[in-house]
Amino acid sequence: MSLLSVDDLRLSFGGLVAIDGLSFSVGEAEIVSVIGPNGAGKTSAFNCVTGFYRPTSGRITLRGRDLPGLRPSAIAGLGVARTFQNLRLFGELSVLDNVRAGSHLWLRQSVLDALLHTPRYRRSERECTEQAHHWLDFVGLRGDRYGQARALPYGEQRRTEIARALARRPDLLLLDEPAAGLNHGEKAEMLDLIRRIQALGVAIVLIEHDMGLVMEVSERVVVLNFGREIADGRPEDVRRDPAVIEAYLGGDPAVLEESAPEETVLEEQTAGQDSAGKGDSAKADSAGGDAHA
Amino acid sequence: MSATKVRRLGTDSPPSRASKLLQNRWAGLAGLLVALLAPFVDATPYALSVMTSAAIAVMLAAGLNIVVGYCGLLDLGYVAFFAVGAYTSGVLATRLELPLLATVPAVIVVTVVAGIVIGAPTLRLRSDYLAIVTLGFGEIIRITANNLDVTGGPSGIYGIPHLVEGPVAFYYLTVVVVSLAVLGAARLGRSRLGRAWRFVREDEDAAEAMGVHTYRVKLAAYVAGAVWGGLAGVLFAAHLSAISPGSFTFLSSALVLMAVVLGGMGSTPGVVVGAVVISVLPEILRDLADYRFFLFGVLLIAFMLLRPQGLWPARSKEVP
Amino acid sequence: MTQLIWNGLFVGSFYALVALGYSMVYGIIKLLNFAHGDLYMLGAFAGFAILGAVGGVSSAMALPLLLAVLLATMVVTGLAGVTLERIAYRPLRRAPRLSLLITAVGASFALEYGMRAVAGADPRVYPVRLGGTSFEVLGARITPQQLVLIGVAVLLMAGLNLLVTRTREGRAMRAIALDPRTSALMGIDVNAVISRAFFVGSALAGAAGVMAGAYYGKIDFMMGFLIGLKAFTAAVIGGIGNIPGTMLGGLLLGLLESFGTFWLGGEWRDVFAFGVLILFLTVRPTGLLGERVTERV
Repeated sequence: MSLLSVDDLRLSFGGLVAIDGLSFSVGEAEIVSVIGPNGAGKTSAFNCVTGFYRPTSGRITLRGRDLPGLRPSAIAGLGVARTFQNLRLFGELSVLDNVRAGSHLWLRQSVLDALLHTPRYRRSERECTEQAHHWLDFVGLRGDRYGQARALPYGEQRRTEIARALARRPDLLLLDEPAAGLNHGEKAEMLDLIRRIQALGVAIVLIEHDMGLVMEVSERVVVLNFGREIADGRPEDVRRDPAVIEAYLGGDPAVLEESAPEETVLEEQTAGQDSAGKGDSAKADSAGGDAHA
Repeated sequence: MSATKVRRLGTDSPPSRASKLLQNRWAGLAGLLVALLAPFVDATPYALSVMTSAAIAVMLAAGLNIVVGYCGLLDLGYVAFFAVGAYTSGVLATRLELPLLATVPAVIVVTVVAGIVIGAPTLRLRSDYLAIVTLGFGEIIRITANNLDVTGGPSGIYGIPHLVEGPVAFYYLTVVVVSLAVLGAARLGRSRLGRAWRFVREDEDAAEAMGVHTYRVKLAAYVAGAVWGGLAGVLFAAHLSAISPGSFTFLSSALVLMAVVLGGMGSTPGVVVGAVVISVLPEILRDLADYRFFLFGVLLIAFMLLRPQGLWPARSKEVP
Repeated sequence: MTQLIWNGLFVGSFYALVALGYSMVYGIIKLLNFAHGDLYMLGAFAGFAILGAVGGVSSAMALPLLLAVLLATMVVTGLAGVTLERIAYRPLRRAPRLSLLITAVGASFALEYGMRAVAGADPRVYPVRLGGTSFEVLGARITPQQLVLIGVAVLLMAGLNLLVTRTREGRAMRAIALDPRTSALMGIDVNAVISRAFFVGSALAGAAGVMAGAYYGKIDFMMGFLIGLKAFTAAVIGGIGNIPGTMLGGLLLGLLESFGTFWLGGEWRDVFAFGVLILFLTVRPTGLLGERVTERV
């Protein structure tokens, strides 16, 4: 049985159809990439899986358990962790505290323990801090762990966000454009990091525009265009798929070979949809709580 | 009189030295020592009364700090919980002739219920709606106390028994209770729950994604704030032995908020200093009585524009 | 019965007028201008000061004079609103929402107690009151002054609606409400538009203040506190950010209060109004006419 299975997922906002029949599955410790132009519905699909959106129709199951209708925190409780497209660290808090967030679900500590500073409190706090250090070591954070997260350089913030997700000890990790904005050397490190995460036995769903990275790490690639799934297969097959080539700039296969240049072109092409997508995160707020309450 | 106050404020060192002092517990112990020694400097009934009120204000500020400072929820009707606590103990003590101490369990239960009743429907709302709704709730509680017979209507409740005999003993009792409350709030802030509050404050979605049930966590902050406020209300009722709706207006809520903002949201030493300043400053600046609330308003704006972290900010760097 | 309806509609039109400013500012920059009710108070006092400066007038000239004062006051409170935004809100537009809200509370405080320091704590009696004998329509006693005030309120609201829906300025406001960054890229001077929105909203509140002074006869420095809350309630009922919805919400709140007072007694009127607010926020936070937006992450 696969770990995550998405079946005929549909999502629309009023009249706008964001996802129109998406199906894919992810096995244990498998890496699956979801690619497609901006506005194709990739992040929306992530938000459906993690409970931030409620799908209009379709099934999403984790080890056979239905996810839609659960709060994001409940889905996190089932072993799903994620990162966000535009970095959602707790900026004012220390880097360590950010990663400590990952321990929220497994840390056993009552309010009374905290008020009385019982041995259990001290033990759990120590463990929580040790774990945070461990995952920061794992992602190879170089910056100041004790300072505020927002003071870190961009690439280090990306690592911190991944460390935070890993501290959750997930079975399934959803990475939303982890390599966006990274330079060449950092991308190579990210590739290595993704492989090491997989080696821990964690399954990964990856949204990424960097085709080099996608083709390198993925076992399977799902291609979305305007909310529709147009391909699902091994990287080398998807790369030659005519429908995919068509979707990526009217049939220039070179685009799928190289990473850097086409990224900018794609963003310009779909700039309108992109800006709408960016606004989403700003609107998040507590009303997001209404949607999944 | 005023000399005492200045000295008290003086010992609460300026922010430049704060970070150094924060690295150990000396700041807290020094503050406690100052509070314990203050009656030896000036023990006139007036001075004791002002100091007791200041201590109660510290407790309120510590409670509101949980809600506003840790969790980032603006509560403009915080005094409602103060009123609920004061009235619950006052009504029980005078109508059933219970000793005041015996009303404390009831106060805790009632304030927890009040926290849930007020929080449950409103905590799903956007933060700015929450501010107005809490303000509305504050007014509802006050108007209700004003209209009901059991609460004594506009004239309130008289003859509430003391907790201990004599203003000096009561002052020391207050200092002990308030110190425990401040310590408790600080310890909650450093726990798993306290971190969850800060995650919610910083980014609710990211917190949810990490498995924090944001609604429950916010409700917990609200209930904790309610209990702190309610217990401060018991001290208040015992201190004045009479309570009336006039003590629980929006103005009082705003002053507690002022203390938290002035001192530094999320900072334990900050809100203690803030509360002492807010309650003692008007006593020193009696001549400016007409302008003091105007000044508070201007200060609130000035702080948000120029020093949003407050006089004694919460530390931004973790101590290894 | 008709009397209750009439009273409700009359009070409701005041609520609507104040609520519009709330709603407009909220709709555009998502700021809950806590000091909005105090601009209403400021309007009442500004009108009072201007009337005092003009000196006594015969009662025949009361109405035209009052209308002139109304316009002058609108300019004063409008400018006050613009100043407030410039000093207290604009620098914080990118700051956390909490800071902005606290600043707004501070502004409210400063206005209230600043006015107290200037004008004193005791209520002032308005120098002009509109006279006229009342008459009955369908069993409700209506005074000509009520009719005049409602007429002015309707005119102002209609004007605002035209401004927002039909003019370039209104289009700019709506664009900023949707997306300030893109609006700026499209060449809209965002700061200027927000300033003007504050001017219009504050001017409406000021007008309501003068009208309240002329009608009730007494003004004091805290008069804006409660009406600020009520106006917010009205805006929420109708759908905050939505202009026709806000007007509807104002009238509806007036009616609800009128009937609520009748059933429960005057001392519970405010409790009833806040109860309605909380009910609406929990059951239908988008209000009656607010669109149901699917919240997106």
